[in-house]
Amino acid sequence: MTALRSSAALRRRRAATAGFHLGAGALSVLWLLPIALVVVTSLRSFDDISAHGLGSWPRSFTLGNFQQAWSDGGQQRALINSLIVTVPCVLVTLALAAMAAFALSRYEVPFRRSLLLLMLGGNLLPPQILLIPVSKMSELMGVYDTLPALIGVQIGFGVGFYVFVLYGFMRAIPAEIQQAAVVDGAGPWQIFWRIILPLSRPALAALSALSFTWIFNDLLWAITVLRSDTKMPITAALIGLQGQFVSMWNVIAAGSVIAAAPTVAVFLRFQRHFVAGLNLGAVK
Amino acid sequence: MAVLTAPERTSPAAPRPRGRRARGARRTPPLVLAFLLVPLLAESLWVFWPALQGFYLALNKWDGVSAPEFVGLGNFAEMAHDEVFRTAAVDTVLWLVLFGGLSALLGLGAALLLQQERRGVGFYRAALFLPVVFSLVATALVWQAIYQPDGVLNRILESVGLESLRHAWLADQDTALYAVIVPALWRQVGYVMVLYLAGLKGIDPVLYEAAKVDGAGRWQRFRHVTLPQLRSVNAVVLSVIIIDSLRSFDVVWSLTRGGPYHSSELLSTYMYSTAFQSLRLGYGSALAVVIFVLAFGVIASYLVRAFREAD
Repeated sequence: MTALRSSAALRRRRAATAGFHLGAGALSVLWLLPIALVVVTSLRSFDDISAHGLGSWPRSFTLGNFQQAWSDGGQQRALINSLIVTVPCVLVTLALAAMAAFALSRYEVPFRRSLLLLMLGGNLLPPQILLIPVSKMSELMGVYDTLPALIGVQIGFGVGFYVFVLYGFMRAIPAEIQQAAVVDGAGPWQIFWRIILPLSRPALAALSALSFTWIFNDLLWAITVLRSDTKMPITAALIGLQGQFVSMWNVIAAGSVIAAAPTVAVFLRFQRHFVAGLNLGAVK
Repeated sequence: MAVLTAPERTSPAAPRPRGRRARGARRTPPLVLAFLLVPLLAESLWVFWPALQGFYLALNKWDGVSAPEFVGLGNFAEMAHDEVFRTAAVDTVLWLVLFGGLSALLGLGAALLLQQERRGVGFYRAALFLPVVFSLVATALVWQAIYQPDGVLNRILESVGLESLRHAWLADQDTALYAVIVPALWRQVGYVMVLYLAGLKGIDPVLYEAAKVDGAGRWQRFRHVTLPQLRSVNAVVLSVIIIDSLRSFDVVWSLTRGGPYHSSELLSTYMYSTAFQSLRLGYGSALAVVIFVLAFGVIASYLVRAFREAD
């Protein structure tokens, strides 16, 4: 009797497992299908697509589309622009945010909480309210249509959010550690550099992965402070590519793959940090 | 080394802690003030000051070249008669409901399905999450290819005998907006799923055991244990969704630029084209103020929650 029941239970568990993999597998395939499609399209020749249609089975294989998007489509320059903007932005934003969060979380600064929320509030503003003034201001400052303008606005707009997240993290570090350092004669700089920053490394790693993709993927700020095609980052260049190679889907697809590759690489390499970062940012 | 730090903690010279608030020195050292002021200045220069200007510009008529002309609330009065504004406002609400509602539902559903620690679940989670790291522009182009008249979507419809549904999805006023929502959803669901996964992980399993003992079925457990326990995550998801919806720009701009005939126009795209293509900077600022007002409730409640948590 018991043997019969347990074998029935086993069968039911097996069925549940199969059902789970079937459901989750189907969902994953559905989600990955568009990605597979763009990769396949990027490897097809133009003649194949124009003869058989975009939605047909591939009958050709070429890497030439990447070459075309890379040099003729200006993706190489655009990718370099993107990295020139993104890397310093991530470093400077996180450095500034860590400094502010350190000050707010470890010292009795007057109006501590109000300042923290003011900085967070700035980041939550809809960017639309800032677009026109930022564009006009960068003209006045003589940096319109230069990469430093884009770097500046990305840092200024992003910093508030990172301050808020790092504040929460640094506040959880026990006060005794800092007191011990003070007793040993450490100044604020040493406390910051030798104690708080190393202890905040998990949060900093998570935020780096996150901010890299955010800044790299931005379009709106780029087209607000930049005008020349030669200065545009990869997102804006991708829209340009769409206009330059109208209905040459093989080249456009190759361009999309190039534009997505860096963030996908960051994601695959730092997946854990990435997911942690998204959850850090959520106010509970 | 770790052992060495322990005795120091009780070092007699350590300052007497003043309750929970004793975090550091009482008087703020100048370096610490500088640490705070530099980022604050950066944000003031690029955010607070422009924001104030933005509100002021909304009360002006300005082409960006000649001097701005003060018109008071004239721009807002103009909106009342602006057909395109009405379309954009309706579309924005529709976007909020469809994009927001569906991404919350699908994200929760995916999280419920993928919360169990089984073999292979990491792959499924990664698959759903992967689009989150794509730029919205790249996402848009991927889907634009799918939507082409000779694209995969129409091919699939053809092969299952639904040829009558074949369509130029992005070029038709009736379908453009929905065709734009789908890619945005595809990218957002994984993000919402991650938030819910963390929330589900935080629920004490004892609660489920207790409910089971009391004879609660699957649905009852979901209804009376899971949902109430997810309340704080729901609040987070709601804020994220509303803020993201009102910011949505890239995907619409890359796919349709708000067209055809403004049928997929959102307030954000209308604001951008008014300001930077029609060069009506005052009216554009006023549209931005409308977006701000819509977002204000969410921002305020987010900040209130953050304020409570901050100490």
